[in-house]
Amino acid sequence: MPTVDNASRYSPILDYAVIGDCRSVALISREGSLDWLCWPEFDSPSVFAAVLDANRGGRFSIRPEGPFRAERRYLPDTNTLETVFHAPEGSVALRDLMPVTSEDRKREQLIAEHEILRVIEGVTGEVELRIHYEPRPDYARRAAKLENRGQLGVWCQTGHGVLVLRCDVPLGIDADMRSASVTIRICAGERKTMSLSYSDDGPAVTPAIGAAARQRLEESDAWWRAWTARCTYEGPYRESVVRSLLALKLMCFAPSGAIVAAPTTSLPELIGGVRNWDYRYCWLRDASFTLRALTGLGYEEEAAAYCGWLLHATRLSWPRLQILYGIYGETRVTESTLGHLEGYAGSSPVRIGNGAHSQQQLDVYGEVVDAIARMARSRDFFDGDTVRFLNGIGKTVCDQWREPDSGIWEPRSSPMHYTHSKVLCWVALDRLIDLHETYGLDLDVDRFRTERDAIRVEVERRGYNARIGSYTQTLDGSTLDASLLTLPWYGYIDAAHPRIMSTLKRVGERLGRGGLMYRYDDDTDDGFDPGEGAFGVCGFWAVDCRARGGQLAVATEDFERLLGYANDVGLFAEEIDPETGAALGNFPQAFTHVGVINAALTLAAGSSETAAVGKEVRG
Amino acid sequence: MNIRGTALWGFVATMVLTGLLSASQQVGLTRMNIPFMLGTMTTPDRDRAKLFGFLLHAMNGWIFAVVYAAAFQSWRRATWWLGAAIGLVHGLFVLAVAMPLLPSMHPRMASEEHGPTPTRQLEPPGFLALNYGRRTPVSVLAAHLVYGGIIGAFYRLRG
Repeated sequence: MPTVDNASRYSPILDYAVIGDCRSVALISREGSLDWLCWPEFDSPSVFAAVLDANRGGRFSIRPEGPFRAERRYLPDTNTLETVFHAPEGSVALRDLMPVTSEDRKREQLIAEHEILRVIEGVTGEVELRIHYEPRPDYARRAAKLENRGQLGVWCQTGHGVLVLRCDVPLGIDADMRSASVTIRICAGERKTMSLSYSDDGPAVTPAIGAAARQRLEESDAWWRAWTARCTYEGPYRESVVRSLLALKLMCFAPSGAIVAAPTTSLPELIGGVRNWDYRYCWLRDASFTLRALTGLGYEEEAAAYCGWLLHATRLSWPRLQILYGIYGETRVTESTLGHLEGYAGSSPVRIGNGAHSQQQLDVYGEVVDAIARMARSRDFFDGDTVRFLNGIGKTVCDQWREPDSGIWEPRSSPMHYTHSKVLCWVALDRLIDLHETYGLDLDVDRFRTERDAIRVEVERRGYNARIGSYTQTLDGSTLDASLLTLPWYGYIDAAHPRIMSTLKRVGERLGRGGLMYRYDDDTDDGFDPGEGAFGVCGFWAVDCRARGGQLAVATEDFERLLGYANDVGLFAEEIDPETGAALGNFPQAFTHVGVINAALTLAAGSSETAAVGKEVRG
Repeated sequence: MNIRGTALWGFVATMVLTGLLSASQQVGLTRMNIPFMLGTMTTPDRDRAKLFGFLLHAMNGWIFAVVYAAAFQSWRRATWWLGAAIGLVHGLFVLAVAMPLLPSMHPRMASEEHGPTPTRQLEPPGFLALNYGRRTPVSVLAAHLVYGGIIGAFYRLRG
């Protein structure tokens, strides 16, 4: 368990905000410390990892020397973070971003492929700022040696690449050559820029600073505003929805279209505990929800790229599907631990890679087929390979649905007969039959129909416990699971059906805490000691389920309460401690933000239907 | 001079040299990417720069192969070790003379003395191209030894 000393050296997870360029992200604390960055890609080794080891991990901090108070926001409709430090002698603004720009612009000008810009601007008075740069490449396994190249900045070899820090303040390299620092005074109206870039090509592009850097900031903001302007959502809670959309976009890996579950590893689900996982990969279980979120907000291009990645990645293991893949579709994501890092607030081990990739998880078949069905607009969408792929998936589901699996939550205990997995097998076959009927795909639908109907009989007979009045986590079981609230979402059952209404009630009673929702009972054997927080997305599933069932007022109330658990810049982690409201687990979490978007879309649809009915009645 | 032999083995040797330098970059011996370095003389577009740079590099490889062939013809003998010896001199020339001159020839390269500007942002190679990694000279010399060795081993003297 963490000591007091441990906890005090780490910022609360909710104190972090994220910047990124759709290839990688950086976490920046409320105190201006860049504590997490993996370059050049999400799953590359870290350059800064103070969030996982405050002493060894490395950081790049800019903060007032004395006491201060910080206020933060994202510049409207962008992923540029602005932190304003209020010190007794004045205030200063720090803008952080990873510049992005259009492909046309990249063809016109040499631009660093990976860059973080930190722009300091005095607002009032005169503030003394301490700048400290301490890179620790390769998860702090590699000795960093800084080299001052004068006008060209401070350089640090990272193994395959080089870090270049340029700034218009005289940064001095410390005696040990492992860090650089300076204290400066910033007056109102004065500006300083710092550019940190990475290159694995020689010659490296050394970005210009000063006015040229500020122009990159403006171009980047303009790019984000133009991108956000494509959002078609005009319903309630638009600000939260747009922030979730922007956070989700940061987790899209632009070169392949993949979307990572979260850009961090080993932020603990229990402080001081061992539930620390690497989420810098792509989980198929998120596919259908993510596509609905993207298409629901008008982002067909991103949805198509994601669907393309799904079809590409899964072909490597087809007809069997893994539960997760690397950002380029890698099938082997070997798990190991970093024993030299103490972990966030002493939460060890720190893991890289994810051993869950080898688990059997039957629900992914339903997720993938449902996602493909959502993206299909015409018969032309399906080439011969895709039809063979779908037929193979259908046959695999028919062969395997009677077997136990690890279920959506991938516990590291023995496989079981999870009700949710069986239902998702039903979804896979049901969507395949739909695709055959709509587009005339040549699929083995006779067998699919037989097995689909058999699954429904099995789920209704053994997956619903009449004694407790609820669908249950496992067949013939009596424990509950929040994933059962997604059954109406997939069209398996109407949300107003008595069985789902009573399931919603029972799950809420057993797993709900003030709008938040645990994913399963605390005494469920998942291979670890109990003690995790409420699972972020589950609360939003309950909102969705309730709204679909017609309980719009209660659903809206719950939704508003859940939004209150976001941090000051609108970001959610994987889990939330219901007692303290603290964030737990990897951060920010794509699945939770997808939950925000989908629940808002359902509430908005419910509101417009209610309004339409009202108009008809009044008419 | 054996023009066909020069063209064929010059091309093969250039491809092997490019492959060796690229492999050196992939395994972390050097960051030096010659197609990128040459291509950015003609365009700021990264992708096009790598393509143009590759073509320029191939052209250079052929031109140097003519010099190698001329040396073999004048000595009336061509062996792998003679080719490798010319490759060694060639590699040393590239590292010690051509690389330090590059910032004055390359329109997008900054120099050690003058910091990067919005139009000259590329990192200069420095003495022996050491800025691109401490083992860059080893990679460059090894690649040129192999380049020369291939031409020397397979070139057939004319006349």
